Amino acid sequence: MNRATLNLWVGIFVLLGFAAFLMLAFKVGNLNLGGGGGTYEVIAHFDNIGQLKERAPVRSAGVLVGRVRSVSFDMKHYNAEVHMAIDAHYHFPMDSSASVLTSGILGEQYVGLDAGGDDKMLKNGDEIKLAQGAMVLERLIGQFLFNKAQDSSNEKSSTGKGAQ
Amino acid sequence: MKGGIVRGLQSIGDGALKIVERIGAVVLFLGQILMHSGAILRRFPLVIREMYFAGVQSLIIILVSGLFVGMVLGLQGFETLQSYGSSESVGVLVALSLMRELGPVVSALLFASRAGSAMTAEIGLMKATEQLSAMEMMAVNPLARVVAPRFWAGVLSLPLLAALFGAMGIMGGFFVTVVMLGVDSGAFWSQMQAAVDFHHDVVNGMIKSLVFGVAVSAIATYEGYEAPPTAEGVSGATTRTVVSSSLAILALDLLLTAFMMKGWN
Amino acid sequence: MNDYVVIRDLNFGYSERPVLKGINLTVHKGGLVAIMGLSGCGKTTLLRLMGGQLQARHGSVCVAGQELNHMTESQLYALRRRVGMLFQFGALFTDLSVFDNVAFQMREHTDLSESMIRDLTLMKLNAVGLRGVQGLMPAELSGGMARRVALARATALDPDLILYDEPFTGLDPISLGVIGRLIRELNDALGATSVLVTHDVQESMKIVDYIYFVSDGVIVAQGTPDEIRASPLPFVHQFVWGEADGPLPFHYPGVALVEDFGLMVSS
Repeated sequence: MNRATLNLWVGIFVLLGFAAFLMLAFKVGNLNLGGGGGTYEVIAHFDNIGQLKERAPVRSAGVLVGRVRSVSFDMKHYNAEVHMAIDAHYHFPMDSSASVLTSGILGEQYVGLDAGGDDKMLKNGDEIKLAQGAMVLERLIGQFLFNKAQDSSNEKSSTGKGAQ
Repeated sequence: MKGGIVRGLQSIGDGALKIVERIGAVVLFLGQILMHSGAILRRFPLVIREMYFAGVQSLIIILVSGLFVGMVLGLQGFETLQSYGSSESVGVLVALSLMRELGPVVSALLFASRAGSAMTAEIGLMKATEQLSAMEMMAVNPLARVVAPRFWAGVLSLPLLAALFGAMGIMGGFFVTVVMLGVDSGAFWSQMQAAVDFHHDVVNGMIKSLVFGVAVSAIATYEGYEAPPTAEGVSGATTRTVVSSSLAILALDLLLTAFMMKGWN
Repeated sequence: MNDYVVIRDLNFGYSERPVLKGINLTVHKGGLVAIMGLSGCGKTTLLRLMGGQLQARHGSVCVAGQELNHMTESQLYALRRRVGMLFQFGALFTDLSVFDNVAFQMREHTDLSESMIRDLTLMKLNAVGLRGVQGLMPAELSGGMARRVALARATALDPDLILYDEPFTGLDPISLGVIGRLIRELNDALGATSVLVTHDVQESMKIVDYIYFVSDGVIVAQGTPDEIRASPLPFVHQFVWGEADGPLPFHYPGVALVEDFGLMVSS
């Protein structure tokens, strides 16, 4: 094998390999260089996070703005502490609210951010004060039954009053 | 009866010791290769030459296998996901399986049997025909001249092959699901992009294939270098390269996967 | 410093089996010495000890006044640049062309320009009469040609010491004569010292200055070719004249024939 052809083939091979890697990075992995790799971290405490996992999306108005970095149990407040990495080019006011939501009925869970009206913006390490946890089906049903029962007993007592 | 049990246990112990011994020997050999890689940049034409044999000549099998694996993943994924009404997510399934596991592992297995065995046979035959001795007598260390270029060529080639395998697989999956089964192409890509993370999936997959490249190349060159200088010796060494490399790839994959999942915290 | 290779009381063995048991030999500078003996008597081992590829158990191997036993790897490699070795079947690098084989050491050890290397390589090939084959691969050469190319490669850096491991094995009579003549000529032209390990008595007798006979790990006879031819020792006589039976029996030592075949002498 001629040395020049050999080098040419290896060159083609290396270029193809890099092209494949770039395709995986941009077309598949959705790497955006514009972000400069920069994220900032915000914290939120939730009563209940449901099925929220690490690397779950953080969305605002449906747009992916960041990912959950870690989920842990906060021993001081007895609730869940969630760290989120938000893309550096998205800014949110200090009084934004976070809630654990579900995409579709049985889909994955994510953190939804709703922007507030404050002038000051969230910075790295800030906490989102307004945080609403996940809906838990059992509690919802329990609450529903409880409300039903209360309603019917209220009706009974009110009809009883009316009879007196 | 009792003697039989004792003998059985002994043979298990012997086998385990031999495995540990061989792992140790390969690691020591790897150290020696690294020690003799100082002049590898001066010998870079040799690395390029070996990349031709290890990389370019493995291209066809890697590309074709990647395409087929991607197509099968697409078909299987479509079948299963359709019953949940979420067949658009098939892109996610294809991409994640390929990036995280199948790309690095299958390409490494193919590489071990295609290029690793060839490396072993070549070095083993050079040893059997006294070419390595001759080189030593010419004051050229065979570790630096023969082994190190092949090792580095393997280490450089496998990640490139794995990337090509992954890319081909995704194209195969795209072809089957979007072109043939009519999944929406926009949903295919966007769901994939939303689910696949560059660092967590793409980069970790590349790290895996780099580690596999080191393991396969070290095993293949070790088996060749230590092969008994006979025809049976070389053929036995070639078989051992494929078997040990495959086991090493699967064991390392388990370790790396566990480490990467934990390491993300 | 007239003695180029000096071996004193050399002992060597693979694992338990002793191969060499107290070898003493000396090779003068510029000499062409043959070490003869039966197949498997440790001749090749002796050659490998001289090249530093094996380490002696006891005794010393001195090449160019340097003791090989206590050398570091880099010292050994430095010494080997001055040593050429011709292997039994040539051991040409099968993945390199004839030209690249001969140029191998020049490229590895010198900073000569490519045109200089080309000239030197062609000169070396010319010396063995094979200037026309530089473009071929080793697999395309005949056995005799491969041996000559290997000879050109072994002498590429004009070594002070050339070691030959069975240079005559498996060659036709013409190639044999050519190789023999080349060994002598190269030795004299380069002013080198040569050690030849062989069991081809007649061919080597024609070219060498001195002969050592090795048997059973020790040197049993030594002398110039004429002395060896006239040697009264029965073993040497048997070896030189190629007789089937003699002090070295035709039969491998075993149990008595009667026992092996289960023959009982009825009494």
